[in-house]
Amino acid sequence: MATLQFKIYRYDPDKDEKPYMEEVTVERDETDRKLLDVLVKLKYKDDTIAFRRSCREGVCGSDAMNINGKNGLACLADIDDLKQPIVLRPLPGLPVIRDLIVDMTQFFKQYHSIKPYLINNDHPPERERLQSPEDREELNGLYECILCACCSTTCPSFWWNPDKFVGPAGLLAAYRFIADTRDEATNERLDNLDDPYRLFRCHTIMSCVDACPKGLNPTKAIGKIKDLMVRRLI
Amino acid sequence: MVKRIVVGAHYGLVDWLAQRITALVMLAYTLILVVSLLAGPAPSQESWRTLMSGTGMRYASFLCILSLCYHAWVGVRDIWMDYVQPVGIRLLMHTLTLMALIGYAGWTTQILWRL
Repeated sequence: MATLQFKIYRYDPDKDEKPYMEEVTVERDETDRKLLDVLVKLKYKDDTIAFRRSCREGVCGSDAMNINGKNGLACLADIDDLKQPIVLRPLPGLPVIRDLIVDMTQFFKQYHSIKPYLINNDHPPERERLQSPEDREELNGLYECILCACCSTTCPSFWWNPDKFVGPAGLLAAYRFIADTRDEATNERLDNLDDPYRLFRCHTIMSCVDACPKGLNPTKAIGKIKDLMVRRLI
Repeated sequence: MVKRIVVGAHYGLVDWLAQRITALVMLAYTLILVVSLLAGPAPSQESWRTLMSGTGMRYASFLCILSLCYHAWVGVRDIWMDYVQPVGIRLLMHTLTLMALIGYAGWTTQILWRL
């Protein structure tokens, strides 16, 4: 059994005047492999600490947090890879509700603004709308996004203009529907993004790519949106 | 006035594209300058004057100055958009930047064309 050292961001707006970093130690069992395993153990020890988690296998995106300065999912972070003391902070750029829990309203507002659903006014077929394997291939690397917000909250452009810039997660989702051959609203979707704030706050620093725990590439998707816009213009 | 967040200015693409094209123009001009200097006689006031006063070079210099100013306009405007949140101050910064860049463009052209 080894002892793990943590520095955890604590803030309870009902009690604390301002946030502070708490130093905590946790005994690690041999079966504890991921950061979330230890956090759950910590929660038993001190039930005042607040964080979100659900599926614990990198699918729900609930336990996104800033781990040693980099956004990631606690359930996917190997403890052996983390330098101690393990510094945990809430996702940057979003208002903190309590401890490691952030208010994701702004993030989801931007996601909803790109109309993240198929728009097709044709009469629905008997079974399903079909695609060729090649067309379906284009959606790989796009549909897998779990909306954990690791990418958008590591993007400085999203920090400065979260109310106007769609952010990498929203733009990845936007391209997912632009690229979908079953969708009929491509022009409207491009019109919706042709704006110096909504799309063009992206300065291609690729911080989102570095942070994505699912290995997706929002920068590439953003590039493809710009490419389509240029082709439409020229 | 209602306080709503309004977006949808429909001009982002042209500026983004222009920034890339102007970068290529500046790169081409730099290469022309470097090649002309390396291939020509030893650098002197006279060789510079001969190089810069040719019609082709005047045209290229003017194009490069315009490209530099447009490129700088988009870049500096981006900085104001990122960091300056009050709309009134941002408008002021945009205006001052434009005025400065237009002035620089005229001034630089005047200097280079009188050679």
